[in-house]
Amino acid sequence: MRAAARSFATGPLRPRWLKLPMACGLVILGFWLLATFAAPLMAPYDPLDLAGRRLQPPSAAHWLGTDALGRDVWSRTLHGAVHSLPLALAVVATAVAIGAGLGALAGYMGGVFSGVIMRLADVTLSFPPMLLAMAVAASLGPGLGNAAIAMVIVWWPVYARLMRAQVLEVREREHVEAARAAGAGRVRVLTRHILPLCWTPVLISATMDLGQVILLAASLSFIGLGATPPTPEWGAMISDGASQFYSWWVALGPGLAILSIVLGFNFIGDGLHDYFDPRSE
Amino acid sequence: MSHTPLFEVSDLRVSFGRGAAAREAVRGLSLSLAAGEVLGIVGESGSGKSLAMLSALGLNPEGSEVRGSVRFQGREIAELPRAALQKIRGAQIGMVFQDPLSSLNPVMRVGAQIMEALYLHNPRLTRREAEERATELFERVAIAQARDRLRAFPHEFSGGMRQRVMIAMAIANTPALLIADEPTTALDVTVQAQIMEMLSDLQKRLNLGLVLITHDLGVLAGYADRVAVVYAGQVVEQAPVHALFARPAHPYTRGLMAASADLSQPGEALYSIPGTPPPAGPLPPGCPFAPRCDRAGAICRETPPPLRRAPDGAAEARCHFAWQDGECR
Amino acid sequence: MTGYILRRLLAMPFLILGIITLTFALTSVTRGDPLAGIISDRQMTNPEVVAAAKARWGLDKSLPERYVTYLGNLMSGDMGTSFITRRPVAQDVMARLPATLELVTAAMIFGAGAGITLGVVAAVWRNTIVDHLARLLALIGASIPVFWMGLALLYLFSVQWGVLPGPGRLDPRATTPPQVTGFMTLDTLIAGDLRLFGNALYHLLLPAGVLGWSVAGTISRLVRANMIEILHREFITTARAKGAGELRVVLRHALRNTLVPTLTVIGYSFAYLLTGAVLTETIFSWPGMGSYAVSAARGLDYPAIIGVTIVGGVIFLITNLVTDIAYVIANPRVRPG
Repeated sequence: MRAAARSFATGPLRPRWLKLPMACGLVILGFWLLATFAAPLMAPYDPLDLAGRRLQPPSAAHWLGTDALGRDVWSRTLHGAVHSLPLALAVVATAVAIGAGLGALAGYMGGVFSGVIMRLADVTLSFPPMLLAMAVAASLGPGLGNAAIAMVIVWWPVYARLMRAQVLEVREREHVEAARAAGAGRVRVLTRHILPLCWTPVLISATMDLGQVILLAASLSFIGLGATPPTPEWGAMISDGASQFYSWWVALGPGLAILSIVLGFNFIGDGLHDYFDPRSE
Repeated sequence: MSHTPLFEVSDLRVSFGRGAAAREAVRGLSLSLAAGEVLGIVGESGSGKSLAMLSALGLNPEGSEVRGSVRFQGREIAELPRAALQKIRGAQIGMVFQDPLSSLNPVMRVGAQIMEALYLHNPRLTRREAEERATELFERVAIAQARDRLRAFPHEFSGGMRQRVMIAMAIANTPALLIADEPTTALDVTVQAQIMEMLSDLQKRLNLGLVLITHDLGVLAGYADRVAVVYAGQVVEQAPVHALFARPAHPYTRGLMAASADLSQPGEALYSIPGTPPPAGPLPPGCPFAPRCDRAGAICRETPPPLRRAPDGAAEARCHFAWQDGECR
Repeated sequence: MTGYILRRLLAMPFLILGIITLTFALTSVTRGDPLAGIISDRQMTNPEVVAAAKARWGLDKSLPERYVTYLGNLMSGDMGTSFITRRPVAQDVMARLPATLELVTAAMIFGAGAGITLGVVAAVWRNTIVDHLARLLALIGASIPVFWMGLALLYLFSVQWGVLPGPGRLDPRATTPPQVTGFMTLDTLIAGDLRLFGNALYHLLLPAGVLGWSVAGTISRLVRANMIEILHREFITTARAKGAGELRVVLRHALRNTLVPTLTVIGYSFAYLLTGAVLTETIFSWPGMGSYAVSAARGLDYPAIIGVTIVGGVIFLITNLVTDIAYVIANPRVRPG
């Protein structure tokens, strides 16, 4: 495959894949990854501590001010990564595992199995994602774990469709015919000769979706269906900010956090897209 | 031939890329054309002939740079600002392209496209007048039921009809110069002759200066007054058409003649010149055609050939051996 | 082509049934105790109250029974009664639908306008600073949480600078015109009150702008890619050879050729707008389906949740169907699989 054949070291100083947006994306993501693991070390205060007076505007002691309970917004923003990033990764990984697995089987086996899976995917994709996620999350009850389940239910069909289309295309290639003619078994043909050629678009799509999942998780928390207080989750923090409308700084930190991390994922996804599909440049 | 040519290109150079990385594709091309004259420009695809003509009118592709002088009716147009050049294009210089399907806007009715050409240079034209003119133009290029066909879309026409539309559009403002870039290449053989006849007829009636770009020397027989042979972005031979066919001086011209279906003997296998024209970029020293030439000697690989004039003065060629023995071998 | 359209139309009832079934299944199988939304914790220990509530809301029946009953009721336009408002869900939804559609339509106009403009500008000046800025602007639109942007802009424009009105569809002091279409802009016009119409438009500006911005990025990206491709076509050279100026070449010849894919992506972006409307309505106190869905979800109001989800799904389905069919009609040579 084109993508696999291409070496990653195109130029000694500036490899082709490392363009400015890609670099920005990696820096942003690097920062939030660091926060995910080291938020307690980076944050000046405990995210749940009533560290100062209520609703203080930004100052030297509290860079992003304090919220309605006097908690430090900057510390809470940093700790938000601890919830958002692993959650998004888990949701996308699970959705890819379920969706790509079912999609690959549907593409390879066809028949009734494919019909049932793909119709289920069609129906699921017939909903505006937010509405369906809300309905499921509301039924399951508040909590980040339940929100995660809701998001997996919303997201798996995306990968099922993508994977099935890939498998259908690769299945017809000559090397697969050759492998079959050489007597390779069905499982071997699928895992060795078809699947390795199908991953690239799924992975690019998954990278882009990480940002979307973070947005959706924050949206669910914002309307009270995700994280429960006092968890320092970004969507929930913006919700706090909405109720303290005139203290603009309460929502500033978490808002910028979501914007930057989603932008970072979009930069990286764009970069990957341009790299694997240079026509789009 | 009059003394101020209608159209004169001197030392035209077109390059891609900038600075040290610039690669030249047109390398000092010069030619001229008198009013009412038909000049054939011939060369393989990749020889730079179309690029040179497009660039002369400021239609060079993005990322390319054009240098040299282009004079139209005695006026230098290469340095003109964009707006001034736009006033000339389509009004005094018309163009016809190779593939009429991709050259016509697929979502506009053909009538609207012709009327646009009219409006652009006569802003005060009323809709009625424009429609009247467009109908006349369609009749002129022999499209039946002209008025009704104005409302058709390009994809509703056959290839030959589309090319007629293109020609009608190009002559809409009765230009003094028409540049036709491979006007029959994309068409069926049976239609090619019709289109050529029509172009030739229009040329005579409107006294057009016509530049006929083609890769097939055979097309030019009977239509062109003079022929310029282009190789590697330069004119390598230029001669009146009968002189060229009778005594081709450049080996490349002889190769093109042998490669033309119309000029070779029926039943004979069609010749093709070995190799391909050089890509844009620096050329090796010597004659650019030397690597493909069957009679190239040591001098051809070392020294660029000068422009030699035929003994009678009417023709010229860029070959060390041209007219040297008085007769070509 | 007719075969394709017919096939799509025939599939509709099945997809709608699928939507209903999936919504019902997902919300019933996964949910906790619906009674929590109906009666207070203290009365949960009172068996009589619990039994009465179960009988009142049909919760004493088995799941398949409830599904069949629900389907039957749905046929006659009955979506059950909201736990919270105690009114029929269908009535609630119908009352709130126009506000959402008005917001989404306005957002779509804004998003399409901004997206097409950015896309064209980026394509014409591609790989220059203008292009990079346009792309960045579009990317930010796709990355920013609408609820946060809504809050921020409301704070800046309404509180800090006072140039735009606060939440709501009209000034709090204004008298609402008689409802005809449910679109405030249209109803004020029908009532012949131009001042009120201006007020409704004024109130629509910020929420529609915030919501529309979120799809402008997707649209601009597609327009840019298509424009670049079209600008390299030969008929563009023909237009220039005719003496057409750059503005004319771009707008009349190139942009018109990108119209079909552009309209298609605008149609598909409806889904994002419906999703975003849920959050935008919450921020701007917009009395639409979105804010209804949020209060239903917060209050565990199952009949309302199910009703809103089904209606949202059906609207989404119809929009995509119309977009697909419009695309096929505009492009008869395309053979959809």
